[in-house]
Amino acid sequence: MKKKTMTPYIIITGIILVALAIFFLFPLYWIVTGSVKEKSDIIIKSGEMVKWIPTRITWDNYQRLFKTGTELFGIQMPMAIRWLFNSVFISVVAMGLTCVCASLAGYVLAKKRFWGKGFVFSLFVCAMALPKQVILIPLMTEMSNLGLLKSVWGSMFAVIFPVVGWPFGVFLMKQFSENIPSSLLEAARIDGAGELRTFVEVAFPIIKPGFGALAIFTFINSWNEYPLQLVMLTQNEAKTISLGIASKLSEMSNDFGLIMAGAALAAVPIIIVFLCFQKYFTQGITMGAVKG
Amino acid sequence: MGNKKEKAPARSKVLQRRETLVSYLFLLPALFFFVGFVITPMAMGVITSFTDASFTDPVGKFVGLKNYIRLFQDKIFIKSAINTVIIVVVSVPVVTAFSLWVGSAIYRMHAGLRSFYRCVFYLPVVTGSVAVTVVWKWMFDKYDGLLNYIIRALGGKPLPWTSGESMALWCIILILFTTSIGQPIVLYVAALGNVDASLEEAAKVDGANDFQVFWKIKWPSIMPTTLYVAVITTINSFQCFALIQLLTSGGPNYSTSTVMYLLYDIAFKTTKEFGYADAMGVVLAIVIALFSALQFKVMNGGTTE
Repeated sequence: MKKKTMTPYIIITGIILVALAIFFLFPLYWIVTGSVKEKSDIIIKSGEMVKWIPTRITWDNYQRLFKTGTELFGIQMPMAIRWLFNSVFISVVAMGLTCVCASLAGYVLAKKRFWGKGFVFSLFVCAMALPKQVILIPLMTEMSNLGLLKSVWGSMFAVIFPVVGWPFGVFLMKQFSENIPSSLLEAARIDGAGELRTFVEVAFPIIKPGFGALAIFTFINSWNEYPLQLVMLTQNEAKTISLGIASKLSEMSNDFGLIMAGAALAAVPIIIVFLCFQKYFTQGITMGAVKG
Repeated sequence: MGNKKEKAPARSKVLQRRETLVSYLFLLPALFFFVGFVITPMAMGVITSFTDASFTDPVGKFVGLKNYIRLFQDKIFIKSAINTVIIVVVSVPVVTAFSLWVGSAIYRMHAGLRSFYRCVFYLPVVTGSVAVTVVWKWMFDKYDGLLNYIIRALGGKPLPWTSGESMALWCIILILFTTSIGQPIVLYVAALGNVDASLEEAAKVDGANDFQVFWKIKWPSIMPTTLYVAVITTINSFQCFALIQLLTSGGPNYSTSTVMYLLYDIAFKTTKEFGYADAMGVVLAIVIALFSALQFKVMNGGTTE
């Protein structure tokens, strides 16, 4: 149908796109290679070529990053690995809680008729449009009043709860739940299935793609939810990998090798997760935005 | 979709009451977290903004509009507000136009190539602001940074980048740009893919050129996406924080301080005046809420129930 002629416009577009792709991929390349570069490769001496590729691969930067040790469940480990564990813990718990809460709420908002529905839904949507960072201070006071900030695990939950409360997931799951045919629900009701069973056996298989999208979305967002982590996670053992790297940056801002090792540790796992589930992710972004 | 409700049969009061009860049981977990950790702090923030609460005295006493009046006399706040506006005014049109361009360039490509580009432009978002910022910090470094190396190699004079008062804000805008275009591109690719192909064909048969097809057919049908992209980019730009905290800490001489950064700086770093910082938050929220009204309209597309 479409003629494949090489007009100058297409060629120029192609060149610009490739150049941009390099520009966007380069920081990541610089993190990964920087993390295995020797000190002499990192410092640029005048008159010398910059080391685009590491002369020799070394794990020194990681060794320095792993120097401080800690303990978790009785196992000795480097602090940076503990931070990585915390990131995974926070993201997984936030993901699980968000998916359960949001799919239940989205389902009834799309499929049930009940008193106060319009009000509840408007509240969710209005809150979604507000800047979440604005509530950082009262949130910190609230968490501190609840006594969560005193302990390592408590402060991690202080990061998780506001993420779960954020209404985007409810909105997204409502969009997906609109696809459930009301006749199917009616049929299940006539067959005498209970509400919860109807949800699990009839509704859930239909909203599963949305569930996947929300899961991956929440996982990545809570991994990168920096301001909240910065305010809540003040103890070293409670830090996430991003926050740990940020604090290393202020302690030793000139040791770029070590910082890059940390950045690689923060970025590479989440990028792998993203690449594995990117199909769901794209779906989540588009469904959460514009309704046809 | 609109007339679905009218067709539903009338039901008895008992059934309706049962459905309401069941619905709220399903809503309970979501409402618990939402009311507890979004609505409550929002309300607390508004209340605190009328007090002189601080780190040492988290309750404080009522001071009326004092914090708000102080805001507009505070030179640093005004400077931060101007910086915020510059960031928003520059990045919203640039991000919107640029992502539309990339979206139109890639949406008709082979599926594999399309998702490759989509991933590449989304990567900085996934990588996270901390990792992205630290690597840029290195590239911007006056001595060991790549950018000054390239300038020196080309025979130019090294630039101050983030340590220069007139340049630092532009460095922030550049990084913000790389972390902002991922989502709009995904949205545009989807929206352009949904444009009615037969309309396009018909226009081409009638002799319309590519430019006319774009303005007369594609542009109107992707309008909701454009509005949505503009709104989310506005909200994100207003909230730009991590980049600034990690890259410049608002400096040099407040040249990169934004309202969001100043709010954090006052509440957690310098004077720890919660009441005053909350007043900033409320003002920021009101400004963003003006745009949210628009977002609400766009997202619901008239099917509000």
